[in-house]
Amino acid sequence: MPDLATTTLPEAPDAAANPVAGIDQTKGDFQYNVDYEFDAGTGLTENTIRYISSVKKEALWILEFRLKALQTFLSKPMPTHWATKDLDNIHFDKIRYYLSQGQKPKRTWDEVPDDIKRTFERLGIPEQERKFLAGVEAQFDSEAAYSNVKDIVAKQGVIFANSTEALREHPEIFRKFFGKVIPTGDNKFSALNSAVFSGGSFIYVPKGVKVAQPLQAYFRINAENFGQFERTLIIADEGAELTYMEGCTAPKFSTSTLHSAVVELVALKGAKIQYITVQNWANNVFNLVTKRGVAHEEATIKWIDCNIGSRLTMKYPGVVLKGRKARGEVISIALANDGQHQDTGAKMIHAADETTSNIVAKSISVGQGRSTYRGVVHIPKHLKGCKNNTECDALLINTNSRTDTYPAITVRGDANSVQHEASVSKVSEEQIFYMQQRGLTEAQAMSLSVNGFINDLASQFPMEYSVELKRLIDLEMEGSVG
Amino acid sequence: MSQLEIKDLHVSIGEKAIVKGFSLTINSGEVHAIMGPNGTGKSTLSKAISGHPDYTITGGDVLLDGRSILAMQPDERARAGLFLAFQYPSEIPGVTIANFLRAAVQARMAEGEELDATGYYKRLYSKMDLLKIDRKFTSRAVNDGFSGGEKKRCEILQMAMLEPKFALMDETDSGLDIDALRIVSEGVNAMRGGTLGILMITHYQRLLDYIVPDHVHVMWDGRIVKSGDKSLALELEAKGYDWVKKELAKA
Repeated sequence: MPDLATTTLPEAPDAAANPVAGIDQTKGDFQYNVDYEFDAGTGLTENTIRYISSVKKEALWILEFRLKALQTFLSKPMPTHWATKDLDNIHFDKIRYYLSQGQKPKRTWDEVPDDIKRTFERLGIPEQERKFLAGVEAQFDSEAAYSNVKDIVAKQGVIFANSTEALREHPEIFRKFFGKVIPTGDNKFSALNSAVFSGGSFIYVPKGVKVAQPLQAYFRINAENFGQFERTLIIADEGAELTYMEGCTAPKFSTSTLHSAVVELVALKGAKIQYITVQNWANNVFNLVTKRGVAHEEATIKWIDCNIGSRLTMKYPGVVLKGRKARGEVISIALANDGQHQDTGAKMIHAADETTSNIVAKSISVGQGRSTYRGVVHIPKHLKGCKNNTECDALLINTNSRTDTYPAITVRGDANSVQHEASVSKVSEEQIFYMQQRGLTEAQAMSLSVNGFINDLASQFPMEYSVELKRLIDLEMEGSVG
Repeated sequence: MSQLEIKDLHVSIGEKAIVKGFSLTINSGEVHAIMGPNGTGKSTLSKAISGHPDYTITGGDVLLDGRSILAMQPDERARAGLFLAFQYPSEIPGVTIANFLRAAVQARMAEGEELDATGYYKRLYSKMDLLKIDRKFTSRAVNDGFSGGEKKRCEILQMAMLEPKFALMDETDSGLDIDALRIVSEGVNAMRGGTLGILMITHYQRLLDYIVPDHVHVMWDGRIVKSGDKSLALELEAKGYDWVKKELAKA
């Protein structure tokens, strides 16, 4: 058992901050006292940016990049003309934009401070993942607290670092690709991230190198009112292959927390990148993430994205299919429980002949949970031999659950093909009764139904992640039945 | 020896009374057939005993080994030894029969006790052999896209695996062609003779040619109006339900 003496018990949920919250999310529902060496304070001004940049001892071009991004952020309106009005409840002046314990990223488990170890322990990371922890790039608050897999992959010439480190040590590669897939002005939150980013991973896989072991990061927010703005950039050079996994869990706090990451992937000719996310944010977190990759000739980018928890998630992983025969795929699972809105989807921008894209999105709405699918597929007129397949299926658990689908598929010309299927189903009372009649409790029955619904997608996850996914769903379903 | 005792049971759907004073006691090893015209409350009876939330028990009691089950949740009743073979079994997409049954078997075990997977599959396969079910069957999702016959066989397989004390079989013959009926009946007959007690609900005498009951009861307007042995079923078949109606009118 971890020593709980230093644990600060969470406060009762503030009804005003998150009026429909009602889920007792025991996992990650705790907080430790951590002494922060660097704290940018609350609010966002030029001084905040200068503070972050100086703490990180950044080059001048990065500071300038950040300051420009701040102007872009301030000038852009909230996208509430199409997105939920709930975005207006983010109080940017009450958010802490940078916190750091200031220590250097750790190399071995022994060097990881006991406080942080206890956090990992309390997260209940299963044995299989602890094994992974031996080679994890774990982000504790803003800076990576632990990493050592980099030494292993370094032997293959792979660079695996946190973004701060990479900016210092590999500026030439970083600068070449940074902000190119997702420009600062892409949207308000990519601009915000560009201004205040810290943490996140930088990976470069050299030509022809296939990384056998998935690289993994475990993200976690541990300070009240603290926004996390990690920035990840992954480059797979020609013929290289890589799988990257990120898992998230966060403690529950009474005031809103903002998470706004930017993830850029570049797959050069014939490269393959698979990016897997299983996240379980506390239900007061605004999770507004921009994820996009560029796939060059015959390259493949696959996003596997699973969203559980948060108050509002807006995330539409995308692939720009830039080279001939490039392939893009988004496999997405979203579960919206009471008080949660999962606004997720995918973007496929075809920009070369014979490119193919596949989108399979499944969403589950529980109680008053709301899930929204937004998809963009764009195939311009001059292209030939492009294919897209889109499937979106929604499962409603209760009569007051809600789901919406907004697919925008633009296909011009007659030399391309598109397929779109959508379905909405409901877990019926009859189905639950049937399962209960076999001896399963109502919660077990719900859980089995939901797991059945996503079964074909979950089987594409690596084993330890599909086990965790099942566990998370079981946990969510326990709270969903009266 | 187990006993399922239904005492003066009254059941309503909404405001409408459907079952009106139904009484019957079933002992281990016995097969009782309930016959009756449509709309007389046969299916309501089986659903209400199983604890379906749409049905309200307005009077009487149901006792399993002397203990009332009416305050129990449907899953508690199931774990106590009650099995309902559904007339229209639900589909559970994405969940294989093997996994579903495994969850159901696990649910019957004490907390912290882990299912022995090898033993489970051994038992599952032996039951499938008994019911002449192909091995591939259990890797299909429960009832998903099944024919009528497959659905009923799936019910019988579950019944065989869960080994209930009492099985309520609701119109198991409906939707079956003669071959499927024979296979399903053979399965049920294979389970007979032990401790299993069966309440078999049917509209037609046909099923009773295959599964010969120890007792036959005629249900009319929510209660049993006539009981007898298997010859009663044949008499019903010959004279029709109008005969019962006339008998009732005379009384």
